Amino acid sequence: MIAEIGLAALWLAAGLAALQLLLTVAALRAPIDVARTVRAVAVVQGALTALAFAMLLTVFARTDLSVALVFENSHSAKPFMYKVAGAWGNHEGSMLLWVTVLSAAGAFLAMFSRRTGERTLLAALGAQAALATGFYAFLLIASNPFARLSPAPIEGRGLNPLLQDPGLAFHPPTLYFGYVGLSVAFSLAVGALLTGAVDSRAARAMRPWVLGAWIFLTLGITAGSYWAYYELGWGGWWFWDPVENASLMPWLAATALLHSINVLAARGALKAWTMMLAVIAFSMSMVGTFLVRSGILTSVHAFAVDPQRGTFLLALLFLYVGAAFLLFALRTKTLKEGAPFELVSRETGLVINNLLLSVILAIVFLGTLYPLFAEAVSGEKLSVGAPYFNSLAGPLALLLAVLVGVGPLLSWRRERRPVFGKLVVPALLGAGALVSTIILAPHIGLLPRAALAIAAFLAAASILPLTVRNPFRTPLATWGMAVAHFGIAVALAGMAANAAFTSERLAIARPGERMNVGPWLVQLDSVTPAAGPNWTAIEAQLNASRGGGAIKLEPQTRYFSDPPTETNEAAIRTFWNGQLYTVIGRADPSGGWQLRLWWKPFVTLIWLGGGLIGLGGLLALVGRTWRRRRRREVDWRREAYA
Amino acid sequence: MKPKNQRLVLVVAAIAAVLLAVLLAMWGLRERAAYFLTPADIAAGKAEQGRAVRLGGMVEQGSVQPQSDGVTIRFVVTDGHARTPVVYRGIVPDLFREGSGAVAEGRVEGRTFIADTILAKHDERYMPPELGNLAAEHKAGKTLER
Repeated sequence: MIAEIGLAALWLAAGLAALQLLLTVAALRAPIDVARTVRAVAVVQGALTALAFAMLLTVFARTDLSVALVFENSHSAKPFMYKVAGAWGNHEGSMLLWVTVLSAAGAFLAMFSRRTGERTLLAALGAQAALATGFYAFLLIASNPFARLSPAPIEGRGLNPLLQDPGLAFHPPTLYFGYVGLSVAFSLAVGALLTGAVDSRAARAMRPWVLGAWIFLTLGITAGSYWAYYELGWGGWWFWDPVENASLMPWLAATALLHSINVLAARGALKAWTMMLAVIAFSMSMVGTFLVRSGILTSVHAFAVDPQRGTFLLALLFLYVGAAFLLFALRTKTLKEGAPFELVSRETGLVINNLLLSVILAIVFLGTLYPLFAEAVSGEKLSVGAPYFNSLAGPLALLLAVLVGVGPLLSWRRERRPVFGKLVVPALLGAGALVSTIILAPHIGLLPRAALAIAAFLAAASILPLTVRNPFRTPLATWGMAVAHFGIAVALAGMAANAAFTSERLAIARPGERMNVGPWLVQLDSVTPAAGPNWTAIEAQLNASRGGGAIKLEPQTRYFSDPPTETNEAAIRTFWNGQLYTVIGRADPSGGWQLRLWWKPFVTLIWLGGGLIGLGGLLALVGRTWRRRRRREVDWRREAYA
Repeated sequence: MKPKNQRLVLVVAAIAAVLLAVLLAMWGLRERAAYFLTPADIAAGKAEQGRAVRLGGMVEQGSVQPQSDGVTIRFVVTDGHARTPVVYRGIVPDLFREGSGAVAEGRVEGRTFIADTILAKHDERYMPPELGNLAAEHKAGKTLER
């Protein structure tokens, strides 16, 4: 019954989305007043998908095995939290989550958007409905999450143990909020292009959505990186895996959009460019969804064998991206030229930021898709990995990081005073870092060395915008920018330190034996069995010390029975200056155990930096909305007095 | 600068950036993409010595030999046509088994494949792309063991 309610709610929501689309099309062609109706429809549609999603959570929480999806992905012996989180640990459930976020975003847009002109909002709600209709169709035709099994099996197949982790509960929803939050920027851009109202007002309406989506993407990527780091037990934090790139590409586009939208909002310039980026950002979200959800990454052949889902998603992708680009091409001529600016100005700085981000995005995009393309065209199989991405995107990212330190010091329209004077201290710090790495660590690679120097420069340069005025009078948005830019420096330092100074030790140890890794002396005390709710494990007791007191670490290899799998549970200890990362491997015939140990100095800065970048976004979001509200109150008061 | 010229400059800059990206990517892909090879390809001499490539196939039954240092293993990867000996130093991933598929990243030196990484599953249904095909052939009954 619960599944049927969910399915019915989904069908109803799909119908409402189609109605919403028709109403807006009609209203844009003839002067009929349907704005209130459209808003109401959008809100009800959002509520209905939320209901459908709640029903899915319920069938998973109760392990209702008569629902095919539960049977395939759950198991009665699973901990409750993972039963619920397992609802989106599979194709159908995660697509339902995607659509739920999409229609919820539409509902919020309908409820809270007061910045946009009425007609632009109407057109945007129409675009949102067009997106939703397609994805409802995809769910209902090709990925029904509520399909029943008859007769109901007595036990489920279980969830991949790698996914049985708190990371699963938060990582996909966070990313989806980001992916799909960009759909509103897309819809508002389409709306503004349709009505011709591409101006700073439209940019200000878009900005909170872009900021919000970007914050979620930033935090989702950061959390996903940490999840992969501790769960996979490989000691790496970024693998340039297509699934990871699928989340990085929308982030790159959204970062560019976030900056260009400020130019449009503040100066009315970069109109066409900003609209283009809004379209590209959500297109990248859809590309990411397609890559992850079509099965094409498993193999082009697997895609060809079961083409329904992939083809459906690809068709939706081409339809929406194609339509948006067509609209862009048709309307961009009608846009008025933006406000002029000089060569040395904040605008130029942001244009360069955008160009560099676009180049990096294109490099990641081509590198991610090229293997698929090559295999489809010539049947040649190849893989593109870290050597390609690091050597091409790395130097460009470093160049960008240098400019991040300079750009915010420039003034709008035209820079009169030379800014280099302000940059003396940061430049000296950067040079100092460079010299000291050459003296203290002569053998590290070129990229990590440059990254350390640039991180030192940027850390100092990023807080300069706060020194212009009394820090308490500096707008919150400026604080947000400084914090986010400082976060880039922190993350960069972590990446460089990890690449340059990690010590690794791989050895066989019998109980009682010791080995060194970095400053640590690690002793294997014993290896014992252990058990959890639905797994058994081999657990090593390690005793690690450096000078002072010893600490204990207990890495495990876990064996799951449903489905039969084993996973490595690394034991990680965090210190202020790094992490000790330990993994236990297989037994050796001689009675020893494989141990893999890493000492990773300052590796935590990577995720701390990611968190700071997200926090900076949050400050900017709060600052923008709060200031806007205050300004509105002032307006009201003025009107009242007038 | 006049607004019209400004727009022109911006358009030109954008096009130049995209062209630059495409050229860079093409160069990078030619230099740095790792080709996926099977033991048959290596036997046919398709592998450039020392260049990063991926090797995929089935781990031959009974071929895994732990070495005396405890952390190095030697095994043989086969595709039914040819066999390639592999050396790997490290902890093998959880799903590494004799008789099942594996993908190794590394390089060919002499006739041996020196593996830096052995790939494992990443998420719920992810397999290294190249293996999809082999696994499908395997299921279809074209067994690869001789």
